[in-house]
Amino acid sequence: MEVPVIFELENAEVYYGSFRAVHGVTMKIHEKQITAFIGPSGCGKTTMLRALDRMHDVIPGARVGGTVKYRGADLYGPGVSAVEVRRRIGMVFQKPNPFPKSIYDNVAFGPRAIGKKSKADLDVIVEKSLRAAALWDEVKDRLKASAHGMSGGQQQRLCIARTIAVEPEVVLMDEPCSALDPIATARIEELMRELKNRFTIVIVTHNMQQAARVSDRTAFFTAEIDPKSDTRGGVLVEYDATAKIFSNPSDERTENYITGRFG
Amino acid sequence: MAVAVAPVREASVVSDVPDLRARPSWRSAKSAIMTGLMMLAVVVVAIPLVAILWSVIDRGAGVAFRAFPSFFTAEVPTVSRRVGPGMGPAIVGTLLSTGGATVMAVPLGVLGAIYLHEYGAGNRFAKLVRFMTTVMTGVPSIVMGLFIYLVWTLHFGYSAFGGSLALACLMLPVVIASSEQMLRLVPPTLREAAYALGTTKSRTIATVVVPAALPGIVSGSLLAIARAAGETAPLMFAVGAANAFNPHLLSGANTSLSMQIFGNATLAFTGAQERAWGAALTLVGIAFLFTLVARIATARFAFKR
Repeated sequence: MEVPVIFELENAEVYYGSFRAVHGVTMKIHEKQITAFIGPSGCGKTTMLRALDRMHDVIPGARVGGTVKYRGADLYGPGVSAVEVRRRIGMVFQKPNPFPKSIYDNVAFGPRAIGKKSKADLDVIVEKSLRAAALWDEVKDRLKASAHGMSGGQQQRLCIARTIAVEPEVVLMDEPCSALDPIATARIEELMRELKNRFTIVIVTHNMQQAARVSDRTAFFTAEIDPKSDTRGGVLVEYDATAKIFSNPSDERTENYITGRFG
Repeated sequence: MAVAVAPVREASVVSDVPDLRARPSWRSAKSAIMTGLMMLAVVVVAIPLVAILWSVIDRGAGVAFRAFPSFFTAEVPTVSRRVGPGMGPAIVGTLLSTGGATVMAVPLGVLGAIYLHEYGAGNRFAKLVRFMTTVMTGVPSIVMGLFIYLVWTLHFGYSAFGGSLALACLMLPVVIASSEQMLRLVPPTLREAAYALGTTKSRTIATVVVPAALPGIVSGSLLAIARAAGETAPLMFAVGAANAFNPHLLSGANTSLSMQIFGNATLAFTGAQERAWGAALTLVGIAFLFTLVARIATARFAFKR
C-alpha cells in the first residue's frame, strides 16, 4: 500500500551558530501515520522535530540547511511564512505549557488568532477539540477555570486540544509524556492512536517502549563525533517500519541502543 | 499466592538509636545571627516609613478633616495668615498635571519597552535607546523642569500641561526600564506555545506576552506616577503659581499639592503650615488610592494564576 508522503527531508541539517547540531537527515514522513524519533540525549531528535514547523526561527543563530519539503513545498523557501507553516503543522511541547488563561480561552486561542470570533463557532470548536483530546468530560463544568489548576496530564491533553483546535494537518510532539506519570502517559498514547485517523503525528520520545507501542515508523538518531570538526553532532542512523527497527534492525548501532547496550 | 519470605526477627531492644536532634554548632549560631541581623534591618527600614506616615497623619488629619469636606473643595486663601481650608485647586492641579503626564508617558513607555525587548533585541538603535534611558533616569528633576521651561513655557506660557510634559519626561525612563524588565520575565515557553499555534508575532505580544507581564508593568508605572505626583521642582518652572481653581489643562497658571506644601510650609504662619500638613496627607492619600484602584483593575485584566 502506497501511503502519501507529507514531509520529505533531504540532507537536512540544523546549526546553532557555527555548531552543527544534526546533519545528513534524509527521510520521508508519511501521511496519517505516527512517526517516532528515538535516540539518546543530544542526538538531535528534538532539533530535527522543531525544524519541521520552523520553530528554530525564534532562536537567534539557529539555521536549517538542506531541504525540508512539506507536501512538495520547501518550508525554508523564499517568501515562506513561518506563521502559515505553523497553522498547518502544530506542536505539543515536552512540558505542558497552557496559557495562564481559562481552559476555554486556551483552546479558543488558536481559532481566535485565525479570525474565528463568533461565540457559537468557538463553543463548537472548543467542545470538539476537548472531546478529541479526551478531556471534555473532566472539564466541561469548569471551562472558565484557570488551566493552571489542572493536573500535569490534563494540562498536556489541554495542550493537545489547543493544538488540534486549529485543525492542523500535522501534530508534532516533543516528548509529550516525559513529565507525566504512567497512567497519564497511557491516556496520551491512546489519544495519539485515535488522532492518527485525522492527523499525521511525529513524536520525539526517550521511551523506546512508547515508540514501539504507538508508532508506525521509527527513526533512530544518535550523536557522533565528526572527525573533521571534532564536535559531537546528531545523525540519522536508521529509519524503517517500527516492527523492523525493534525486531530486526539493520544497523548495529540501532541494535545496541534498543537492546539497552548504550544510551 | 503465598511468597516465602525469610523470617525477620525484630530486635526487642534497639541498641543504637541515632541522635537526630540539632546540636549547638557554629552553623546554627551563624544562622541565628544572620536571622537577627535581617530582622533588625526590617525594623530599621520600617522606622522611617512608620514615622513619616505617623507625622503626616498626626499633623495633617486634624487640619484636613476638621472642616470636612471644605479642606478638599475650598480655594487656597489668598491671605496666607488666615487659618483654615483649603486645598481644592491644588488637588485639581495635581490631578491635571499628573494625569496628563500619565496619559503621555505610560503608553509611550510601554510601547517603547515592547519595541526594545521584542523587536529591537540586539540591534544598535535599541542599545542606544536603552543606554539613553538609563542616563535619563539619573537626570535631576529640576533639570527636566528647566528643559520644559525653555522649550515649552517660554513659548506657550504657564499651564498644567507644561507640568505634565516635565513629569512625563521624568516618568518615561522609569516606565520603559520597569516594563522591559517585566517583559523579560515572561517565560519563553508561553511565546513558543503561541507561535506553535500559528500566531503572528504581534498577536503573540498582544494576547500572551503583555497580559503575562501586565501586573509588573502596572506596578512599575504606578511607582513612576506616585513619584511624579510628589515632584515639586519641575512644576515650579512650568506650572507657575495660583491659589484659585484652574480646571484648564492647557492654559493659565496652575498649582499642585506639592507646590502648596512647599509654599505654605516655608511661611511663618501657623495657618499656612497646617495647610501644608493637610496637603501632605492629601497627597499620600491620593497615591494610596491610585495604587488601590490600579491593583483592582489589574487583577481583572491580568492572567489567572
